[in-house]
Amino acid sequence: MIEVKGVHKSFGDLEVLKGIDLTVNRGEVVSIIGASGSGKSTLLYCINAIEKINGGNILVDGVDVHDKKTDKNKLRQNLGMVFQQWNSFPHLTVLENAALAPQIVKGFSKEKAEEIARKELIHVGLGEKLDEYPTRMSGGQQQRLAIARALAMDPPYMLFDEVTSALDPELVGEVLDTLRLLRDDGMTMICVTHEIAFAKEVSDKVAFFHEGLIEEMGTPEQVLENPQKERTQQFLSKVL
Amino acid sequence: MNLFTPLSWNDTGFILTGILNTVYISIVAIVIGSLLGLVVGFLRAESNKSINMLLGALLDVLRSVPLIIQLILFSTFIGVMGFPLPPFYAGAIILSLYTMAFMSEVFRSGFNSVPGSMVQAARSLGMSYFQTIWYIRVPIGMRAVFPSWLGVALSVIKDSALVSVIGYMELLRTAEQLISRTQQPLMILIGVGVFYFMISYPLSRYGKYIERKMEL
Repeated sequence: MIEVKGVHKSFGDLEVLKGIDLTVNRGEVVSIIGASGSGKSTLLYCINAIEKINGGNILVDGVDVHDKKTDKNKLRQNLGMVFQQWNSFPHLTVLENAALAPQIVKGFSKEKAEEIARKELIHVGLGEKLDEYPTRMSGGQQQRLAIARALAMDPPYMLFDEVTSALDPELVGEVLDTLRLLRDDGMTMICVTHEIAFAKEVSDKVAFFHEGLIEEMGTPEQVLENPQKERTQQFLSKVL
Repeated sequence: MNLFTPLSWNDTGFILTGILNTVYISIVAIVIGSLLGLVVGFLRAESNKSINMLLGALLDVLRSVPLIIQLILFSTFIGVMGFPLPPFYAGAIILSLYTMAFMSEVFRSGFNSVPGSMVQAARSLGMSYFQTIWYIRVPIGMRAVFPSWLGVALSVIKDSALVSVIGYMELLRTAEQLISRTQQPLMILIGVGVFYFMISYPLSRYGKYIERKMEL
C-alpha cells in the first residue's frame, strides 16, 4: 500500500504540492489527471524519493520514504518508474538494458538476469528485438523497453509519468496496450496521464489535481462523467 | 680519422630503442593522463562553481605554458631541490599532467553529454550513485567524446618528442645524435617524420572505424 499523507513540496518560493492525501491499495490502478504545473508529476517524483518533500510523509508498505534512515536504493526496487522520456541506455542492447539492474542491483548472475529480462521483453512484445540497440527503435518500442526494464526488477508498484506524452500519435496505442496488459496482470499502478479515455477505461480511482491540491477524487464514473467541482468540469471540457 | 661516419645497419638497434622509447612514454602518458583526466573531468562536471574555478585555474596553467618550458622547469627544479629523476620519470610526470589537462576537458564534456533524466531513470531502477557512474555515465559519456579523446592521444604521441630536451632517448633525440655523427639531417629527419606518421595515421584511421561502429 502506498500512503501519501499531507505532502507539501516547494521549489524555492513556488509551492507545487499543498497537502496531498492519497492511498493506493495493492492491485489498484490510480490515474492522476490535471493541467500542466498542477503537481502531478512532482508527486510521483516524491513517492520515488527522487525529490525531497517539505512536509507530510509518504509510506510504501509502511516504510517512510523520506526518513533519512530509509535505504532509497532498496526502496526504489519496489517502485518501478517509467518517465515521459524513455531514456534507453544507448550503449546497451535491448536485452542488456533490461538485464542491467537485476544483475547489478539485485546481484543475480548474468544468465539469471537475462532470463528475467527476456521474459519481460517478450511480455511487452519486444521478443524480436533483444539484440538490437535501442536507438534504432521507434519511440513506442523504446517506451515499452523502459516498461520492461522497470518490470524486470519485479516491483510490486509501478509509477507512470505521462509515458505517452512524448510519443508520436500513432505510437501511443502500443504503449497504452502495454499498460492494459499490466492492469490485467493485477499490477498496482499510479498513472499520471493526459489520456482521459484511457484513464476512464483502466482506473479504479481517478484524482484530479489543481494547483497542488486534489480537487476531486473518486471512481472514473464519478470524476470523469459526473464531476461535481467546477474546476474539474472546466478542465474536462477543455481536454475532451 | 674520419669523425663523421654514414648511417649503417649497425644503427638499427639504436633507432629502434628511440622508437620504442617514444611509444613507451606516449603510452604511459596517455594511460595515466586519461585516468587522471577522467577523475578530474568528473569532478568538474559534478562539483560546484568554486571548486570548478580552482580546478580550472590549475588546468589553465598546464594548458597555457608550453610543454617544452614545463619540462625544462620541472627537471631543473627537481635537480635544484636535490631530487633529480631520470629523464624518463621527469618526462613521464610532466607529459602525463599535460595530457590530463586536456583529457579532463574532453571527459568533462562527455559527462555533461549524459542527460540527467537518464541518470534519474537508472536511479529509479535502484542503482546507487556509484553504480550510475560506472555503468551509465562513464560508458555513455566516453563514447560521445571518443573522437576528441583520440585527437588528444595522437597529439600526445607527437608532443612526446619534446621530452628529448631533458635528455630522454626517444625517437627525436636518437635522430639528433645520429645527425651529429652522420651529418645527414635531411634523410634522418624525413625518416623520423615518416615514423611519426606511421604511428599516428593508422591510429587515426582505426579511430574513424571505431567511431563509425559506435554510431548506432
